[in-house]
Amino acid sequence: MQYLLMLYANEAGWSNMTKTQQEQGYAAYMAYTEALKKAGAWVGSNRLQPITAATTVRVTDGKSQVLDGPYIDSKEQLGGYYLIDVPDLDSALSWAARCPGAGHGTVEVRPVWAMQASSAAPAS
Amino acid sequence: MNREGDAQARSTAEAVARRSYGKLVAFLAARTRDVAAAEDALSEAFASALADWPTKGCPSNPEGWLLTVARRKVIDMYRGRRRAEIASEHVQIMAEGLEAAVADAHIPDQRLALMFACAHPAIDISIRAPLILQAVLGLDAKTIASAFLMSPAAMSKRLVRAKDKIRQAGIPFIIPEREELPHRLETVLDSIYAAFAEGWTDPGGTDLARRDLAEEAIFLSRVVTELLPSEPEALGLLALMLHAEARRPARRNPNGDYVPLADHNPALWDAQMIDEAEAALHRASALGAIGRYQLEGALQSAHVHRCRTGQANWAEVVQLYDALFAIVGSPVVAINRALAIAELRGSTAALDAMQAVAADPRITEYQPYWAARAELLAKAGAHDEARQAYEIAIGLERDPSVRRFLQQRQSALHP
Repeated sequence: MQYLLMLYANEAGWSNMTKTQQEQGYAAYMAYTEALKKAGAWVGSNRLQPITAATTVRVTDGKSQVLDGPYIDSKEQLGGYYLIDVPDLDSALSWAARCPGAGHGTVEVRPVWAMQASSAAPAS
Repeated sequence: MNREGDAQARSTAEAVARRSYGKLVAFLAARTRDVAAAEDALSEAFASALADWPTKGCPSNPEGWLLTVARRKVIDMYRGRRRAEIASEHVQIMAEGLEAAVADAHIPDQRLALMFACAHPAIDISIRAPLILQAVLGLDAKTIASAFLMSPAAMSKRLVRAKDKIRQAGIPFIIPEREELPHRLETVLDSIYAAFAEGWTDPGGTDLARRDLAEEAIFLSRVVTELLPSEPEALGLLALMLHAEARRPARRNPNGDYVPLADHNPALWDAQMIDEAEAALHRASALGAIGRYQLEGALQSAHVHRCRTGQANWAEVVQLYDALFAIVGSPVVAINRALAIAELRGSTAALDAMQAVAADPRITEYQPYWAARAELLAKAGAHDEARQAYEIAIGLERDPSVRRFLQQRQSALHP
């Protein structure tokens, strides 16, 4: 099964860190990604730009409304994700616990909706 | 359809249901991760049996018969209304897996794996016990709802949601690995104990649904100790519940009045159940890892020993409460500990020991705190304060016979 690990943390935490701490942080994420790849569980991952770069779009009555800022303004922000493929929730949770993000924020684990190949492809 | 065959089919089906319901659900659910589908398929299989067996006769292997029919129903379900949720090649794999397993005459007992799934940390804590009662024992939502003081509609909805979570989140049906086991087993044992505690709140056993719940919890606990015979805490929980259940006949007098433990007639206790509890405790202690349930079981054992022999063992009891408080740290334990201290060092020392708990906000609505406080104040001669504490305890009590008991105590105070 595929699971999306969503990494939430207070963005300010990163900029308040010393350079050495930031380097250590990078290294921890690199090692974690490497471990996921070695285990054959890694599907994809990315770090996101801070919420100051976020824009939301909503279309109502055919008119698109564009707003500056994130969808939800909260104390902890979505800062990155990992998409992993593992046998079950227990294994997803144990990977989530190893994620450096779980140490300085919160990791939400969501199963990906598994669709049949035919229905997953957009109609052409 | 002849009536005799009908009755025989019904009694065979009921016997299989009692003996194998949980095993069959566990078997089907472990291969699909779909508890609701397993339950639905099985109930349809039972319905088919009641239609089929009276005319064709009961099969020689009714369990296997039911499983074969239920397996077909599960696969039909996935080819039908649940088609969108699962790729067809997976249905094929599942079908083959179920087929191969059914062909094997021996049905493995996966009830424990089912319990681990139901009590998974990803499942909301308050629905774990109801979920186990339904999936493993086949109790209906209405019965469970009444025991847990919830509306049947709300209980059904929450059970459905929990089963959806198991399926959608991919919660596995496995017994966790060695290093995970103690922590995960704790959630299973806590759920079983929660079911027992709900049964226990009706001490007279007048409410049938609740009384049954205590018995069902003991049954589940036996299943756990049979399948995991070397887990001391599982044995501890079994001992604790057997001890409590063994004293049920003595907890009310023939008029239905509440009888406190000190006034129990030990001859009314179920001696066989007590022996079984003691044996479980011995097996647990030989395994050399103390825990919460073993300590609670040992406390029950100490109370039984004192009442039977008339020899005070309060120093030992206080020690056990100390150890239990160090693990659990709950105000409930602190209150019971204070009552034991009262026997050992007097009510003033006990009231001092209870001082720390008084600050806990949870305590203001906790009847046993006020009842204990009232007893201690009465013994210490502080009758006005005792009267007030009784007043609160009476106001918080649900059980009429305990309320009467507290009222008698209150009116026995000097004016």
